[in-house]
Amino acid sequence: MKKTNMIIGLVIFAVLVTVPFWSSFVSPANGAAPEVSLDTPAINQMAEPKCVEDVEWMRAHHMDLLNDWKVEVVREGTRVYVAADGTEHLASLQNTCFECHSNYEDFCLKCHTYSNVNPTCWDCHVEPTVVGGAN
Amino acid sequence: MKNAGIAAGLVLAILAIVFVGTEVLNLDAFFGILPLIAMAIFIIGFIYRVLNWAKSPVPFRIPTTAGQQKSLDFIKQNKIDNPSTKGGVIVRMFLEVVFFRSLFRNSKAEVTDEGNITYQWEKWLWLFGLCFHWGFFLTVFRHLRLFTDPVPGFVKAWEMIDGAFWVDLQQIYLTGFILLLGITGLIARRLYMDKVRYVSLVQDFFPIFLIFGIAVTGMFMRYLTHVDITAVKAVAMGIAGFNIGAILEACAMYDISVNFWFHLTLVCTLLIYFPTSKLMHAAGIFMSPTRNMANNNRMVRHINPWNPDVEVHSYQEYEHEFHQKMKAVGLPLDWDYDEEGNQLPKKN
Repeated sequence: MKKTNMIIGLVIFAVLVTVPFWSSFVSPANGAAPEVSLDTPAINQMAEPKCVEDVEWMRAHHMDLLNDWKVEVVREGTRVYVAADGTEHLASLQNTCFECHSNYEDFCLKCHTYSNVNPTCWDCHVEPTVVGGAN
Repeated sequence: MKNAGIAAGLVLAILAIVFVGTEVLNLDAFFGILPLIAMAIFIIGFIYRVLNWAKSPVPFRIPTTAGQQKSLDFIKQNKIDNPSTKGGVIVRMFLEVVFFRSLFRNSKAEVTDEGNITYQWEKWLWLFGLCFHWGFFLTVFRHLRLFTDPVPGFVKAWEMIDGAFWVDLQQIYLTGFILLLGITGLIARRLYMDKVRYVSLVQDFFPIFLIFGIAVTGMFMRYLTHVDITAVKAVAMGIAGFNIGAILEACAMYDISVNFWFHLTLVCTLLIYFPTSKLMHAAGIFMSPTRNMANNNRMVRHINPWNPDVEVHSYQEYEHEFHQKMKAVGLPLDWDYDEEGNQLPKKN
């Protein structure tokens, strides 16, 4: 094989395997994780802002929780969710989650866009776009 | 089986190190920076190996590849398997790299009880190899969503196609399963075919177990245990931007599941191991003498590059030197000479 061809091949290899590296320098965004906003009327009214479960756990597993709720509510008819700390919550995306997180654009969408996650929540549920409460 | 055991043990040892490192010693930052080191070793090592190969003398063109070579006009040439042009070589190489054409020719030879040799259809190596390589490539490509911000359209488009199937509100990436199927098939082949097992060493088992581990931890993370994907991307973007500060910050800010560190460290191991291993066939395939040279031996003179300079005295030079004496005794001369004894260009 000609040496020039090898060099061309190596250059192509180097450019392709370093796509994440050089593209992060040409991209306008700095790649930092987005800050989700907790500035909603419902959260501001809480003396001590607290989700149904621990924040760290919610970050990684909120979809598991919603999936469980879907099964329990739709199939079993159980509307009450007992959290790890023993408090009871109404198992409802629309009435419980969106009650506090009424800012779809600044909450849900931020991380979902950042990591290109496309959940099907909004195929059926209404996005909480109006600040001030669910729906 | 001993070799397979050692290789599996090595992979498990890496997992144990990661577990102790991140869960007990809280060295997340080290495992977060490791990809930068691994990537540097991978790229530099890869280029070093290829440049080293480039120094080797290139052998003569091989005319006996499968297929009829270019011959008389009424004999049909196999233009892909035995090409005489550059275009044919490019087609042959493309089909080899993209579809593993040589593996497709694989057949199984066995001696029957009556003592006859039989050749059987054997496409499993080709099939699992193709599943594995394509699955791996497309899975790696899909991972660009974690290394680019904003995520480019073509990555999103591919994710949509790859994840066209949904199971229980979750997108299922087909290429991930194809990768797992392929690598499992390749492992099974090495373990259960006695002839292949006999020639398998630790360095044959190690990469496939490693990749199996990468696939399993990745799918575990995606489909079963789930991790904080935003935190994962924050680390990944720190790696992509050579931003050690951002990596350290993300490691300190989020408590990322150990599954992610398993996955990432196995990938780093693969990158570090790659340039020193059989995996370099990725570059080597382009340098296969039976794949990358046109069979034009009958049309073009190829001079052996390592021929020594031999001092020769051609007949032309000999005649020039002795032409006067030859003429004097009446010997025929092939060249004419002018008055000063210079050889004139040959006439005919």
